[in-house]
Amino acid sequence: MTEPGTPAVPQGVEELEIIGVRHGAFGTTNGGDTSGFGGLVDPIVMPAPATRPFGGWFDEVSDELELALEANGLPATQAIEKVVIYRDEITYHVRREHLVAFVTLLRDEPGLRFEMCLGVSGAHYPGEAGREMHAVYHFLSITHNRRVRVEVSVPDGDAVIPSIVAVYPTCDWHERETWDFFGIEFTGHPALTRMMMPDDWVGHPQRKDYPLGGIPVEYKGGTIPPPDQRRSYN
Amino acid sequence: MSTDNVTFTSAESQESVAGSYDTTEGRVYTVSGGDWDTVAGAPEGEQDRIVVNMGPQHPSTHGVLRLILELDGETVTEARAGIGYLHTGIEKNMEFRSWVQGVTFVTRMDYLTPMFNETAYCLAVEKALDITDQIPERANVIRVMMMELNRISSHLVALATGGMELGALTAMEFGFRERELVLDIFEMVSGLRMNSASGRPGGVAQDLPDDGAQKIRDTIPLLRKRLKDTADLLVDNAIWMGRTVDVGYLDLAGCMALGITGPILRSTGLPHDLRKSQPYCGYEDYEFDVITKNTADVYGRFLIRIEEMEQSLRIVEQALDKLKPGPVMVEDKKIAWPAQLSIGSDGQGNSPEHIREIMSESMEGLIHHFKLVTEGFRVPAGQVYAAVESPKGELGCHIVSSGGTRPYRVHFRDPSFTNLQATAAMCEGSMISDVIAAVASIDPVMGGVDR
Repeated sequence: MTEPGTPAVPQGVEELEIIGVRHGAFGTTNGGDTSGFGGLVDPIVMPAPATRPFGGWFDEVSDELELALEANGLPATQAIEKVVIYRDEITYHVRREHLVAFVTLLRDEPGLRFEMCLGVSGAHYPGEAGREMHAVYHFLSITHNRRVRVEVSVPDGDAVIPSIVAVYPTCDWHERETWDFFGIEFTGHPALTRMMMPDDWVGHPQRKDYPLGGIPVEYKGGTIPPPDQRRSYN
Repeated sequence: MSTDNVTFTSAESQESVAGSYDTTEGRVYTVSGGDWDTVAGAPEGEQDRIVVNMGPQHPSTHGVLRLILELDGETVTEARAGIGYLHTGIEKNMEFRSWVQGVTFVTRMDYLTPMFNETAYCLAVEKALDITDQIPERANVIRVMMMELNRISSHLVALATGGMELGALTAMEFGFRERELVLDIFEMVSGLRMNSASGRPGGVAQDLPDDGAQKIRDTIPLLRKRLKDTADLLVDNAIWMGRTVDVGYLDLAGCMALGITGPILRSTGLPHDLRKSQPYCGYEDYEFDVITKNTADVYGRFLIRIEEMEQSLRIVEQALDKLKPGPVMVEDKKIAWPAQLSIGSDGQGNSPEHIREIMSESMEGLIHHFKLVTEGFRVPAGQVYAAVESPKGELGCHIVSSGGTRPYRVHFRDPSFTNLQATAAMCEGSMISDVIAAVASIDPVMGGVDR
């Protein structure tokens, strides 16, 4: 038996990607959990890093990438934190200081040729200490008909990522949007201003610590609280 | 064009225009017009800059798009687009609703392509659930049919509003009239003309009505004839060509750098279409051509849209032939939405059969119904990306699940958002009237741009 709340570690996996812990069925702490599952402790585990061989064209692309990185004097292990394969999609977790070099290779290497960047968006994982802010890039190679995802994780207090607008100009608005919604600062962006929210807006709305807001709805004498304050399954 | 925001940046012109006099309340300045030579004052070099703010409330900006144009006479020297006027926080809202409820939100993003938004979202959720292979054939055929009809209606609006913005009002009337035919089909199938929320993770919410396939089949000849009328009106029209040929030029390298997809990319001659290159919903089983032009201008994009509508009709016909009786929702009762609603005697959507089953026959049915409707299904933790070829380009849906009953993060890569970045590249150096044509050829829908 393992400790309650500790998931069984699958074979061959060194470390689990725990991004948070779920309590009970309704996520409430004030005794509102009448489901009978109030004592449940359930860690949220993201897919674990993959090990070679990856299968399919994933190995080919990874080989090309590693060779290209080494040729540029950058050991692959230094640039790539880990590789995750989930649902037939490959994700390269790249360290931020090597991001620009990495995506330049993605664009220029004949064996990779990811001509098109489909933009960047963010994700906020407050439970992942030291790596709270993630920037997620999607790339499409029309030449080879392949897609890869690149993910950069940075701590919340130091959410600074180099801009890739110089390499992929399409990221101009995408990076502005990510800054607007998550507060990730893209250094080297030509004009990192808010995209969606008004210029004088305070806060970054897509962060998990930013409330959804809303007003209670009254109907026939009953009051329904706004969506983020309702009791709900977590 | 709105002239109320004209700014004179030349110092001497301001002196010459703004007269002032003292009153008991203080000094009063009067700004009035005058002869252009007096107003502009023949400045040297680039001092004669006029910055015109066009929109966000403007009939030619395709919705609440704000264009900030810097003009030298009638030539645009700099163009900037300002967006965000229709931001509704859909992505944030979805994090507080169940996976199934998310469909109701995404269908409102790009409100002219609801079927594509729904399908992209459903494909992503199905991929995360790992049930892509279990989607019944009939559900896929209905999705393809609805998407292709939607492509026609979206292209028609692109032509209609684009035509109106260039002064071709008949094109607008034709476009919106023909679109009604498609919206009538949507209403028949889903009950709603727009924002139908008829897609659902695992299949589609509703099967076609009994006479649905026949009604769609009956509409096609009329639609085909009318689409031809619309095309005839404009394809060889000298005025239309004068406004669109060689206007809004953007070549392949520009498209690649700016991440442009859809008709704009295909107008450079590259036959990139996700329906062919990365088929989904069974598109590999349909015969159709990817339309390309090599003019890279507004006229080429217009021709592509005209011909793509014809190809869409071809696909709809094939889909009707493929339509075989069967389920429209996955087998898995822990994911499949329980009821197929029918209209009850009271006119309300209801399903007496389903009520009978869960109330008097199947305890499991009742449990599944209750759990699905109140709690919803859980999606394993992880992230996926699914993309469809919307009328505007690659519509991507990136979802992150934390293993819960609600999305952890949903992001839509809306083609309008990305394509709109090409405004500056297409417009700078051209006449101000060409800005309208160029923006119309991008066909941005602000609901999708701002989300």
